[in-house]
Amino acid sequence: MSLDPSTVPAIELVGIDKKFGPVHANKNINLTVAKGTIHGIIGENGAGKSTLMSILYGFYQADQGQIHIHGKQTVIRDSQAAISLGIGMVHQHFMLVENFTVLENIILGVEGGMLLGRDTDRARAKLQQLQKDYGLDVDLDAIIEELPVGRQQRVEILKALYRGADILILDEPTGVLTPAEADHLFEVLRVLREQGKTIILITHKLREIMAITDEVSVMRRGEMVATRTTAETTVEELAELMVGRRVLLHVDKDAARPGPVLLSVKNLTVKDGRGVTMVDDVSFDVRAGEIVGIAGVAGNGQSELLEAIAGIRKPSSGEILIDGQPVAGLDAARRRDLGLAHIPEDRHHMGLVLKFEEYENAILGYHRDEKYGRGGFLDLEAIRKDAEEKIAKYDIRPPNPRLKTANFSGGNQQKIVVAREIERDPKLLIVGQPTRGVDVGAIEFIHRRIIETRDAGKAVLLVSVELDEIRSLSDRILVMFAGRIVGEKTSDAGEQTLGLMMAGIAA
Amino acid sequence: MEFFDIVVSILGSTVRLSIPLLFTALAGLFSERAGIFDIGLEGKMLAAAFASAVAAYLTGSPWLGLLAGIGVSIMFSLVHGFASITNRGNQIVSGVALNFVAIGLTVVLGQAWFGQGGRTPQLPGDARFSPIILPGADAVREVPILGPLYANVISGNNILTYMAFVAVPIAWWVLFRTRFGLRLRAVGENPGAVDTAGISVSWMRYRAVIVAGFLCGFSGTYLAIAQSAAFINNMSAGKGYIALAALIFAKWKPVPVMFACLLFGFLDAVANFMQGKSVPLIGEVPVQIFQALPYILTCILLAGFIGVARAPKAGGAPYVKER
Repeated sequence: MSLDPSTVPAIELVGIDKKFGPVHANKNINLTVAKGTIHGIIGENGAGKSTLMSILYGFYQADQGQIHIHGKQTVIRDSQAAISLGIGMVHQHFMLVENFTVLENIILGVEGGMLLGRDTDRARAKLQQLQKDYGLDVDLDAIIEELPVGRQQRVEILKALYRGADILILDEPTGVLTPAEADHLFEVLRVLREQGKTIILITHKLREIMAITDEVSVMRRGEMVATRTTAETTVEELAELMVGRRVLLHVDKDAARPGPVLLSVKNLTVKDGRGVTMVDDVSFDVRAGEIVGIAGVAGNGQSELLEAIAGIRKPSSGEILIDGQPVAGLDAARRRDLGLAHIPEDRHHMGLVLKFEEYENAILGYHRDEKYGRGGFLDLEAIRKDAEEKIAKYDIRPPNPRLKTANFSGGNQQKIVVAREIERDPKLLIVGQPTRGVDVGAIEFIHRRIIETRDAGKAVLLVSVELDEIRSLSDRILVMFAGRIVGEKTSDAGEQTLGLMMAGIAA
Repeated sequence: MEFFDIVVSILGSTVRLSIPLLFTALAGLFSERAGIFDIGLEGKMLAAAFASAVAAYLTGSPWLGLLAGIGVSIMFSLVHGFASITNRGNQIVSGVALNFVAIGLTVVLGQAWFGQGGRTPQLPGDARFSPIILPGADAVREVPILGPLYANVISGNNILTYMAFVAVPIAWWVLFRTRFGLRLRAVGENPGAVDTAGISVSWMRYRAVIVAGFLCGFSGTYLAIAQSAAFINNMSAGKGYIALAALIFAKWKPVPVMFACLLFGFLDAVANFMQGKSVPLIGEVPVQIFQALPYILTCILLAGFIGVARAPKAGGAPYVKER
């Protein structure tokens, strides 16, 4: 690792400025990244991290400012120019053709000659060498869509290296990875650094920054607010820099006072569309006044469990009781009438209609309620007033019920869903990934609301792949692995213990 | 031997009826594999038919007719591209609009230029693509079974027919064995991947629709100056849509496209043959049943009864860089 200031920095950005219409995405950004280091860029959603990196990768042009790569001032007109300067990017949403092989994806754009064939063989040889050098093991002839996401990400990294990248930008690389896959990624990044590659890691996970970076720059609302040497900073300081105020990373809560059982799941089995058993003979209860967390690596049946309780997916056997009443024949709307509220895992696909205005989403699913209208007609006046109240109470920004939902940041979109579900005063709240892709400030807010819901005597079932979230919110923790509940722990269970259970190793 | 003669005759017309479908479906293959839905195949075919008939009439050369057909068809493609690639318009709307333009414009221009109710003047034989008798066709005619098949099905077609069948392996080779094909297929699946690889998505898609226009030029020309000897109002008569159905039926793959077109051509040939004839026990079968079969088969396929038809993933969606 060389942090010698006398060497020429790999990247130097001077006074980068970018506006999208009225949105000032990057304000006069300066950034220096030393060669052979891992440099973290951290900030809330919408802080301008991705825009800045897109400028570096030639996706957008800066309105003002200069880019120096290895000391030379350059103009990066398009991605081709970035590639030829040795810049590679691993996007948050992989830029892979899903029905192509690994090899085809990697050579796309750098095929060699007009015909595939001989050049492809040459590419294969070169890639095998790269795989050996960096420990990036993946079958070159596998079809992308058949690979797990961790492998797909390796393909993206190989793609960049194959193009001769010596500066690698990774945009939220661990968002889709299991803990083990993330660990492997960090291993790879360390090897890359040893080989002299420069890495920029964009993330909003403070723990990752502390674990792997040499230096870290913090962005807030389009500005670069600070750069720190990682070894000399703390999680608390970074969180404060990101949000602009002190943040409570640990949620304070009183002990639970469990009441009567409000949700009872008995021997539930759920199959997915292909007939594969996703939830396998699962039984548990959730009582009033407690939060039950379901921990597990994504894809172990949690989503299907939530959907079965919400009434979106039909279980193949077993029973679900909400407030003592069997709900087998009831659809999602009827279950809501019984006092169920559902914050779905994926707000874009299930929680919101992004093209709707905010006030329309604020009542989505509850539009039949009497207070929003009668006889098939909506009372827009009442709906907007209701929306404005929720906006004020949940600090949704910008505070404009007529704004298209797509134009809110991730955190504010999530607040729209949370407000809608919690404000309906349910008996039972089921929550999936409440803070996925949500900024630190909103995470804190949403966590507090969930605990308040519990303290108001509601039952809460929480599903999250963020172990920290499960541990800080739950009163009881159930661990799911391969569709089964493999154990129950209290909230003071160690991360190690839970991690092993999530991997199916211990019970 | 009467039954065998019928078979040979139906097979012969199967080939003739399949050719315009084949060119058009291959055109759609290139366009849709690149992510541009092309409901405007019908219009391109019709416009090309008109242009080729006019050019062949004026110059007396079928080849110049073909050239004109290709040219006009590519112009239609470029309009479709400008609307749906450059301006990110809805590809279906643009395609349907072009179909209407083609139907109207050909008749209006035809009437204005020739005053025959939208038809073009009858072409003399040497302004058309005439049947080619392959070597030995007459010699083997008397050989049982194979002889008539060779003489009446394989031989005796015009040059465009043979070109259509040659186009199938070429299309496969271009799509799956060249850099152009790899990029074209990629742009129809995930244009973001192509963009980040430093390739222009727009230019790639323009090239794909130009290829589609080129191939539709052949199918239109075939209709007007190979199969017929003049342009007739709306002579494409829905073949563009059948070709599209064949493309879907063949799951966007070149060789299956050929078989799908032959199957649909065969159904058409049977329909023509059955006109006014009655089937033992059943009686007279309405011709419409055969004509509807391609669509019915395609619906059955799309409903998932014959495997899964997976359309190019980015099909129909204009490419916008995400923010």
